[in-house]
Amino acid sequence: MKLVTAIIKPFTLDDVKAALEQVGVLGMTVSEVQGYGRQKGHTEVYRGAEYSVDFVPKVRVEVLVDDTLGDKVVDAVVEAARTGKIGDGKVWVTPVDTVVRVRTGERGTDAL
Amino acid sequence: MEGNTAWVLTSAALVLLMTPGLAFFYGGMVRTKSVLNMLMMCFGAMAVVGVLWVVFGYSLAFGDDVTGGLFGDVTQYLGLSGLLGGEALSGTAFVAFQGMFAIITVALIAGAIADRARFGAWLVFAALWATLVYFPVAHWVFDFSNDSGHVGGWIANDLVALDFAGGTAVHINAGAAALALAIVLGKRRGWPKEPMKPHNLPFVMLGAGLLWFGWFGFNAGSALGANGLAGLAFINTLAATCAAILGWLLIERLRDGHATSLGAASGVVAGLVGITPACAFVDIWGALAIGVIAGAVCALAVGLKYRFGFDDSLDVVGVHLVGGLVGTLLIGFFGTVGVNELGADGLFYGGGLTQLGKQAVGAGAVLAYSLVATFVIGFLIKVTMGFRVDEEAEVNGIDEAEHAESAYEFSGVRSGSSGMTRAADTLAGKVPSNARKEGVTP
Repeated sequence: MKLVTAIIKPFTLDDVKAALEQVGVLGMTVSEVQGYGRQKGHTEVYRGAEYSVDFVPKVRVEVLVDDTLGDKVVDAVVEAARTGKIGDGKVWVTPVDTVVRVRTGERGTDAL
Repeated sequence: MEGNTAWVLTSAALVLLMTPGLAFFYGGMVRTKSVLNMLMMCFGAMAVVGVLWVVFGYSLAFGDDVTGGLFGDVTQYLGLSGLLGGEALSGTAFVAFQGMFAIITVALIAGAIADRARFGAWLVFAALWATLVYFPVAHWVFDFSNDSGHVGGWIANDLVALDFAGGTAVHINAGAAALALAIVLGKRRGWPKEPMKPHNLPFVMLGAGLLWFGWFGFNAGSALGANGLAGLAFINTLAATCAAILGWLLIERLRDGHATSLGAASGVVAGLVGITPACAFVDIWGALAIGVIAGAVCALAVGLKYRFGFDDSLDVVGVHLVGGLVGTLLIGFFGTVGVNELGADGLFYGGGLTQLGKQAVGAGAVLAYSLVATFVIGFLIKVTMGFRVDEEAEVNGIDEAEHAESAYEFSGVRSGSSGMTRAADTLAGKVPSNARKEGVTP
């Protein structure tokens, strides 16, 4: 099993969610996060005093998938989240040892 | 007569509303961890100064002069004796109206010492400062001698500097005190390196709107009658404030590239401060000029604290001291007897420099007295009871340390009560500590 983690621009979330449903992903975890990459932050000015805001708001989407689905999910996310401008985010895949469904105790791919 | 009394009572209520307005104007500018303390400093000023005013403050400010124009007779109206139950405007309506001025003037100072003053020490300061600084200065500026033998203060009667609604007694006075107190208390931890940006700009805008609304009572009410002078003060208060927003935003757009909401709210206050002393002594061109100048100059003046290194946290000096000076001095340029025969012609209206000189003496005297007296009061509180919270309290947030409350519930997990139990119930054994998990009932 794989954990696909994507950091995306907040306004692309709806498109990414739709794209994931298209390829058959049944659930996901979404969190609001802050960070920066090459995009860096921005500056704000209050009564002439300039503050640099280093961390930009992003959305982190996490999806657990079967090994066979990994590449398809990555492609779907990348396509839906891309605007072509700096700051579109990143997607990465990590291997997962065990998954358990809390309600039933099912393990492995049955728990997905 | 009844009409005048009705207008002054209405104005008094409007001026009282300025202090909660100020609380939100200031409260929005501080961080989430200290907004309650800022609101409480403003409400604390209402509580302390309101009590002192009716007990002896009014008498000290508006009793017959006892010391060559410096203080009123504190025994004359002690406990408002002889004033209650009468028919005349000079009785209770005027007491109420002027009492609101005392309250807001003290509350204004709170913005200079955001995030770090012990609440008890602030209340003691409010009492001492009102007694030793505001009440006497109000006597100097607002207490006019009259034909029935009453002798008032020196700025109003001997110097005859013009201050219609409190450019000197309220704004220069509070602004100078703010400067002194910011220096006595010292900088906040991390200032100016650590970002301390406003936590709620909508509060700031709301507060500015309430201040503006209340300020019509402050300025037009100072006519002490439902008359043309009140109308003049009212329309000048509108014109100058609108112009000041434009002045502040123009400076911001040129200097920083953007017109900000904080700038618009600040421009409102700068314009109101600037027109306060002048509102019944200038025509509409004078009001527009004073407004735009006050807005632009204050927008530039708020940067001074970084150059000189004093942490006037919410720019009481840059807005109230500087704005008060601008308005008070500009009467010497834009004043005209064409709108009010009790006023004077300024430089631009053929009056020469005479009035400007008087304005400068009045402004300078209030500034110097407030600065020195506030240093002394602040320093005495600092060495006796201590004025600042300790470092840990300041870093964790003064709301929790001084008031045992937090303004916002941020824990976010479901109802936001995670990690929290009612201490009393837990101590009484009614709720076992593991009973918070759903499904386990005590």
